Amino acid sequence: AAGNMSAGSGSRNTNTEPWGSFDDNLIQGGGSAVIDMENMDDTSGSSFEDMGEMHQRMKEEEEVAAEAAATEDDNTDDGEFLGMKGIKGQLGRQVADEVWQAGKRQASRAFNLYANIDILRPYFDVEPVQVRSRLIESMIPVRMINFPQKIAGELYGPLMLVFTLVAILLHGMKTSGTVIREGTLMGTAIGTCFGYWLGVSSFIYFLAYLVNAQITMLQTLSLLGYGLFGHCVVLLVTYNIHFHFLFYVLWLLLGGLSTLRMVRTTFPISPSFPLLSCDLTVCVCVCVCVSGGGPAVSNSRSHSSAAPLWDSVAAPHALPALPALRLPQDRRRSDMTSLPVVMSLNRHLLSESHFLFVVSGLLDSLEGPNMAPMQRVARDVPELTLNATLRIQGALLRAR
Amino acid sequence: MAAADEASRPFAGLSDVSISEDIPVEGDISVPMGSSRRDDEFSTLDEPVKETILRDLRAVGNKFIHVLYPKRSSALLRDWDLWGPLLLCVTLALLLQGGSADSDDQGGPQFAEVFVIIWFGSIIITLNSKLLGGTISFFQSLCVLGYCIMPLTVAMAVCRIVLVGGSGPVSFGVRLVVVTASFGWSTFASTAFLADSQPANRKALVVYPVFLFYFVIGWMVLTFSPAQ
Repeated sequence: AAGNMSAGSGSRNTNTEPWGSFDDNLIQGGGSAVIDMENMDDTSGSSFEDMGEMHQRMKEEEEVAAEAAATEDDNTDDGEFLGMKGIKGQLGRQVADEVWQAGKRQASRAFNLYANIDILRPYFDVEPVQVRSRLIESMIPVRMINFPQKIAGELYGPLMLVFTLVAILLHGMKTSGTVIREGTLMGTAIGTCFGYWLGVSSFIYFLAYLVNAQITMLQTLSLLGYGLFGHCVVLLVTYNIHFHFLFYVLWLLLGGLSTLRMVRTTFPISPSFPLLSCDLTVCVCVCVCVSGGGPAVSNSRSHSSAAPLWDSVAAPHALPALPALRLPQDRRRSDMTSLPVVMSLNRHLLSESHFLFVVSGLLDSLEGPNMAPMQRVARDVPELTLNATLRIQGALLRAR
Repeated sequence: MAAADEASRPFAGLSDVSISEDIPVEGDISVPMGSSRRDDEFSTLDEPVKETILRDLRAVGNKFIHVLYPKRSSALLRDWDLWGPLLLCVTLALLLQGGSADSDDQGGPQFAEVFVIIWFGSIIITLNSKLLGGTISFFQSLCVLGYCIMPLTVAMAVCRIVLVGGSGPVSFGVRLVVVTASFGWSTFASTAFLADSQPANRKALVVYPVFLFYFVIGWMVLTFSPAQ
């Protein structure tokens, strides 16, 4: 190619063709896209690379020629005014064009690498009917024994529920006139909800990994997200109808239901009777624990009128658990599958008590000056002292 | 020399094929870069500033009219711009400031809250509609959502005027009606643009976050009470 070009340059002056030769345009590179036909047949390497290389060389020569022309123009006197301006304008525009193209290429490469949201696309592939059925299913604590894959991994529903919860919390906080000293209302609401969703589901995934339960991160995110549906409904109703008893009943009912469902689907348990009762028992105890633990983790304030209400609601729940509570002691050593249940409930206890902390704080502010805030008391719920594991939970609560 | 010449001119043999040499053929075989053509279209650098501003303002005003009468036109989508949403967002945030606050530090976060809610919410809705298979681009969607805040901004202005007169139940009733109407209008206007780009059975999935978004903003407008 080089030989060709030099020969071409040599022949430029002696050019007799009226239409010029191909080589002229190649060297001058005055915006020409004409390519030397000979190189097309070059089979020494990838012809594409050769073309690219030649194109690059053309551009470089063009730039060099343009720069040379620019400096030349700068040095000479201003000849024909318009002609000069035309060349300079053209030059400037070409250079700017090159810079723009290079920058655009870089930016689009970085964008495609980092901001590729197509990774999330399959998780949003749902129909409205499916979302509605999953919302209702989240309240039904069925036992999914056979296939953990049956748990749908989907992110649309959980994401929408988290945002709905944020909106409801915001509404509640504004209505009750909560003043956040360090930080904003918005930041607190978003931080709480997203932190709960992402953090607790990571923790569940970690626990599942420890006990070798085959559940993926996506499934835990999905489960926990749909579990928020019960909480959303409770909060929505009780922020508008300020009736204590209603809140506690609804919360225990709906919250407990979705908790149960989460537990049952996360750690499927074989359908044998003692384990079934152990399962039921521990689930009920969680509800009791949480309702007992709720006031324990709130700030130290004087005894409230709501405390007897806790007891009256919690006691009937604990009564059916009494006879069944002896079973875990016998089976505990021999049966390893009770361990994940207990661990999961541990985790749920923490998460529910954390959530309850937030909610009770909101409730307090909702009440205003009328209600005396709840007392920090390590509540001694006698039924729980039977099981050593549950004692540890109590200790955890007291430490909080 | 002649042999070298002939070897170096690959198509030398063709010179006597078509054209006789006494007819000069003029012109340039080179393909123009096209930049000379682009000069005429895009050289808005030399026009007076007033003309640039007026052109943008006219485009923004045109889109406002499209929001007021949401017929299915593509003007909002084709030439998207974010001036209108920025203007509306800042206006709304300024109007929402100065609410009843016990302490002084509530005034600042309120502006930031509105800003964050509007822009963060718009981005989330846009991403959601893209992930659900929408055909609309990112900035077009942001543009539509931002422009459709206009009814709520108007409602906010009306509420502020009503609140000057007093804040009894009558004024609350009036404000409730106005805010509900404008919230419905906003949601309807934006879904008229956004839902068209979705497959038919998933419109509900796109409409819900839009509904939530305008509901939150409408709620903030409704619960605004001025400082005493």
